[in-house]
Amino acid sequence: MTDSSYAQYLDLAAGLFLLTAVGVLWRHQLAPMVRLFAVQGFALAAIVGILGAHHHSIELLLVAVGLGALRAGVLPWLAGRALRNAPAEARETRPVVNVASSLLAAAALTLLAYAVTRPLVALSPSPATTILPAAVTVVLVGFFILVTRRRALSQVVGFLLLDNGITATAFLTAAGVPLIVELGISFDLLLAVLVMQMLTTRLRAAFGTTDLDELRELHD
Amino acid sequence: MTRVVLTAVQVVVVVAVAPLLVGVMRQVRARLEGRAGAGIGQPWRDLRKLLRRPAASPAGTGWAFRIAPLVLVGTSLVLAAVVPLLTTASPLDPAADLFAVVGLLALGTVTLALAALDTGTAFGGMGASREITVLALVEPTILVAVFALSARVGSTNLAAIVTATQHDPLRVASPASLLAAAALAIVVVAETGRLPVDNPATHLELTMIHEAMVLEYAGPDLALVELAAAMRLTILLGLLGSLFAPWGIAGSAVVGLPLALIAFAGKVTALGAGLGAGEVFIAKLRLFRVPELLAGSFVLALLAVASSFFLA
Repeated sequence: MTDSSYAQYLDLAAGLFLLTAVGVLWRHQLAPMVRLFAVQGFALAAIVGILGAHHHSIELLLVAVGLGALRAGVLPWLAGRALRNAPAEARETRPVVNVASSLLAAAALTLLAYAVTRPLVALSPSPATTILPAAVTVVLVGFFILVTRRRALSQVVGFLLLDNGITATAFLTAAGVPLIVELGISFDLLLAVLVMQMLTTRLRAAFGTTDLDELRELHD
Repeated sequence: MTRVVLTAVQVVVVVAVAPLLVGVMRQVRARLEGRAGAGIGQPWRDLRKLLRRPAASPAGTGWAFRIAPLVLVGTSLVLAAVVPLLTTASPLDPAADLFAVVGLLALGTVTLALAALDTGTAFGGMGASREITVLALVEPTILVAVFALSARVGSTNLAAIVTATQHDPLRVASPASLLAAAALAIVVVAETGRLPVDNPATHLELTMIHEAMVLEYAGPDLALVELAAAMRLTILLGLLGSLFAPWGIAGSAVVGLPLALIAFAGKVTALGAGLGAGEVFIAKLRLFRVPELLAGSFVLALLAVASSFFLA
């Protein structure tokens, strides 16, 4: 892989990574949100894979395969299963901030991410660090989804988006974290999703809905 | 001299092809819906029929109603001359500026909206108000999206952008270019009044936009409005093709013209047929969700600008 095509592939993967985050924000339906999240997992794996191929690092390539399997395969499958169990909950009907405004907020968050990462990029300008703003944008958009959506499942997707962004940031700035740390994070994530899926089921059993606003009062 | 000839050919081709393109789109849609369809020449036959009728205008309408079709066709003809569709060497090259093109598009739309208000009917007012809402969201997106493409070239001249892309084809695959392409595609659909923003096949819907504005036109005036709408569709699809697949566009030599014609016909037909086929599978969006779609395309355009600056 030559240097220029390396930068181009990396840019392309980062573009897809960012675009899927905006797509998640755009959609009302939960099923396309989960599908977009799977595409984003693939884009993340592609970024790590491209980095690995560039640095000739077998470890990074293995991590890329693992990340792809977890984030484009297992996690979307789990989220999709939670969705199929509750067909009535398939739409984000009334987010706290409406979709048009949240898209404009995403635009503002992008600019914010670019502004705050400029000193980081200036430390060592390279094709990998120049796409750092995209990763930070995904972190911020994930946060935004987590804060403004009401359904438990869309909050799970927001959380996973946040984590995708953090992972991408780690790989882009430090060219990877030790394998053991990455494994730990991945298992954490898997457990978090499993627990949240359980929680969603219990929520629905108790209240008949997964609207987290119902959790404001204490019951006995 | 050759530049004038090339541009004249481009204008004539756009005028001749525009109704045929509308015919192709209707035919594709008809076939996919299991109908025979009226053939691709039907829009031209409609125009001929309308042009033969005596002119009539509703009582109480003023100059705004009467000049709108002429201004609409006039701006479309200027656009056909300046936008690089067949050749990048238009003698009007200094005017082929991004801002001028967007301004011309907006001028045509605003004139038609004024004419719709001039009729004083309920539908005219509703159509005008909706069209201006869409316009207010569409024009910034076009500007920002093409700005993303012009940032690398260092010029807002459309011909310069197209020539630069011809010299460096890999540029099309960059994230900035792909995001801008997605944003522009959505905006073109909205600007030309196709599904899911507006339904071009009916003037019996309460939520219609473009058809509500031209409801009072008849005879030759209606023919002009429809021709102008078809030309704008052709020009915008052609511009999309030129910006993101600039192959085959002739420079200042007449030799390249046949190839340019074939390439233009191929690109516009492919885009039009794709649009027509896509329309079969989608329903019209609720009017209140149209701003959501356009805000999304604006974000895409903004991301395109951001990436063209920061990834460069």
